[in-house]
Amino acid sequence: MTTTTPSSVGSGLDRVEGLDKVTGRARYAFEYSPRDLAYAVPVQAVVARGEIHAVDVDAVLKCPGVIAAIWYGNAPRLASDDGGELAVLQSPRVAYRGQYIGVVVAETLHDAREAAGLVRVEYAAERHDVELRADHPGLYRPEVVNPDFPADVEQGDPDAALAAAPIVVDAVYSTPAEHNNPMEPHATVAAWDGDGLTLHDSNQGASAVRDTVAALFGMPPANVRVISPHVGGGFGSKGLPHPHVVLAALAAKQVGRPVKLAVTRQQMFAVTGYRTPTIQRVRLGADAGGRLTAIVHEAFEQSSTVKEFAEQTTVPTRMMYAAPARRTTHRLVRLDVPTPSWMRAPGETPGMFALESAMDELAIACGLDPVELRIRNEPETDPESGLPFSSRNLVACLREGARRFGWAGRDPAPGVRRRGRLLVGTGVAASTYPVYRRPSQAGARAEPDGRFTVRIAAADIGTGARTVLTQIAADALRAPVDRVRVEIGDSALPTASLAGGSMGTASWGTAVVRACEALLEELDRRGGDLPVGGVEAGADTTEEIRGQRRFARHAFGAQFAEVGVDVDTGETRVLRLLGVFAAGRIVNPKTARSQLVGGMTMGVSMALLEESVMDREFGDYLNHDLAQYHVAACADVRDIEALWVEEDDPHLNPMGSKGIGEIGIVGTAAAIANAVHHATGVRIRDLPIRLDKLVR
Amino acid sequence: MNGEADTTRWGASTPVTVDLRLSVNRDEYPITVDTRETLLDTLRERLDLTGAKKGCDHGQCGACTVLVDGRRVKSCLTLTVTLDDREITTVEGLADGDTPHPLQTAFVDHDAFQCGYCTPGQLCSAVGMLAEAAAGWPSVVTPDMNGAPRLDDDEIRERMSGNLCRCGAYVNIVAAIGEVAR
Repeated sequence: MTTTTPSSVGSGLDRVEGLDKVTGRARYAFEYSPRDLAYAVPVQAVVARGEIHAVDVDAVLKCPGVIAAIWYGNAPRLASDDGGELAVLQSPRVAYRGQYIGVVVAETLHDAREAAGLVRVEYAAERHDVELRADHPGLYRPEVVNPDFPADVEQGDPDAALAAAPIVVDAVYSTPAEHNNPMEPHATVAAWDGDGLTLHDSNQGASAVRDTVAALFGMPPANVRVISPHVGGGFGSKGLPHPHVVLAALAAKQVGRPVKLAVTRQQMFAVTGYRTPTIQRVRLGADAGGRLTAIVHEAFEQSSTVKEFAEQTTVPTRMMYAAPARRTTHRLVRLDVPTPSWMRAPGETPGMFALESAMDELAIACGLDPVELRIRNEPETDPESGLPFSSRNLVACLREGARRFGWAGRDPAPGVRRRGRLLVGTGVAASTYPVYRRPSQAGARAEPDGRFTVRIAAADIGTGARTVLTQIAADALRAPVDRVRVEIGDSALPTASLAGGSMGTASWGTAVVRACEALLEELDRRGGDLPVGGVEAGADTTEEIRGQRRFARHAFGAQFAEVGVDVDTGETRVLRLLGVFAAGRIVNPKTARSQLVGGMTMGVSMALLEESVMDREFGDYLNHDLAQYHVAACADVRDIEALWVEEDDPHLNPMGSKGIGEIGIVGTAAAIANAVHHATGVRIRDLPIRLDKLVR
Repeated sequence: MNGEADTTRWGASTPVTVDLRLSVNRDEYPITVDTRETLLDTLRERLDLTGAKKGCDHGQCGACTVLVDGRRVKSCLTLTVTLDDREITTVEGLADGDTPHPLQTAFVDHDAFQCGYCTPGQLCSAVGMLAEAAAGWPSVVTPDMNGAPRLDDDEIRERMSGNLCRCGAYVNIVAAIGEVAR
């Protein structure tokens, strides 16, 4: 019998766990309470650099309910200790203020919290250095920038081309440290059972946490199980395990009981990663017609002394626009600061703020419309590698966005449109994000009752992964979605890559499709004869991904912003924000729109509000809570819309999709800064766009 | 108060406990609480009602919002010992049996959440907010302080700004609440 099933991919299916999330049934890491559990509260360093001489825990151990106080002097030794971020309690050295230097375990959260405040620590403090400067003597060129790009790339003779260019833009831009701040603070519940360890943990990839923790404790990965069915956001900060995961496992091992540990919101500013501050110099040379002859983009950024994390800030500049001469560089300085890490579109987000601001300045210098300037510099092939683009529809995004936004006829004169108390202006910026795909495994099972179960250790951190994988599996199985159940968020499932780099759907979806295809083949071979226990098939995409043809694969987009700036107070409001994206086939228009709008919302927040302020005196981020580190609230977000152009790209993956989790934020801050310039005539080159920078 | 403070253990760091009767989602819970205990920790760690979320523990994010006698409060800033004989409603108590509250349905329909962690707080806050508006309470953006406030998008945004959402679902949250409010 032949049945036709309507395609599920492309339909706006509601989130499959939606009802669980609105009724409170969805459980997050800290909400698992094993029998006989105890609570762990960490102790943080109060110097930015130095050595711990003594720890007095006598008073702590006398507190009611206290089970243990653990620090370097009495902590179990880890099997592997590279001295890095995860070598928790393995050394008396303090590498940054806020570093975990101890932990108190007690019967209740209150007992543990009160006792942790009584730990007396004697330090030999040393002079710290926490200030990023473009002339810092410690700056060096890292071997690679995140994840594996060369630090510097040069083509042609950019200095000569700049010297010969009739029009030059030369400006320095800066972005502050920004903290991811997912709504669910990082948390781990650790329980040992003999040689086995079970972690209920909030992360962006259970397989990776399992492998990392197993290595630290000298165990085979099979002895560690990481369970993470629901994750309350991550934005990169849950991509790699942070010290709290190790601390929870250490504490549970020491006390011989399950231990719950939640990072507090304040602690998150020191121990769960952040976006490095950047200082960026951009030089653009162009002919009178606005065609780029030279691009030079240099970035200066920081990492900690315990780990090198080098953000790939100027990497997007290598492929964005055509120019015969180009230099892109990164310089890093290791400071006595917390370790920076991934935050939504690392590299692209700060880098494109600088590049797209500079392009706006170039458009003005050339007397060209900024949309037209970008179209004139569209490259035929990837400028760095010479590879063809698998698809590149930036121009379509710019044109469709301009049409929808009502860009035509825009008067370029800055500071001349007054609407009541507001100066009003519009701005545009381009966006891009690479298309990655990593090997994953998946299993698919035909159940005796006619249903299917698909299993993969993917993570749904709010992206809609569980939902889109259900749709992808349903189509691959030629079955309706209500007969397909997708199990994710558990390292006991087939190993999968991270929810990061906007590659989840591409990586996991490929594995799911291949597993489903293998299952259908197996069912075919059996001629429809299903044994009592069902039939299972699996797939591993390592070979397929290794063998894929070489292309420059990137998603593109364009953001258009309208802002109003209060003439007296300088308060900036984003009145309208439109994003148009070219990201291959959209698997679920409902969840896709949410992700793109969500990225743009974080971009509004970045443009106007977010800024972690380093306290030079004490060496930590001062504004370490949500009352002082401001993120966009409901009233900050008015009219935000995300659309996409049709894009049929056969060189991607079985779904034809590109990632959409990060591109929404990429051009947003530049579009807003460009609109602020159009509104006021003031060019803001250092984010965020605060009142004091506009009121002069 | 049903119980009396057990002051015999009083000391610099000796917990003081109180017996009381908590009413949550129409269920009664006789319970002994540490006077340092917040409603949020009581719900999550003692009653296994993990719907209310801990996002900041300092009243800055709204993820812990619940209703006390119908009014929205931040349970992380509310000491449980103060809630004897009060009627507490959490996200687990919004549905009518198996029938979700209209706001719960609207949140799913409009995709008004992504990670879902702020969602219980958003929902409880929205229920409380609709009651406040129905009672005629103005907000800072209400044009006529004497008339009944009309819940347009500006009003909803203003009144929902105590509940942060880092995934950036505000546009859909406002649409979902607007559908139920109008």
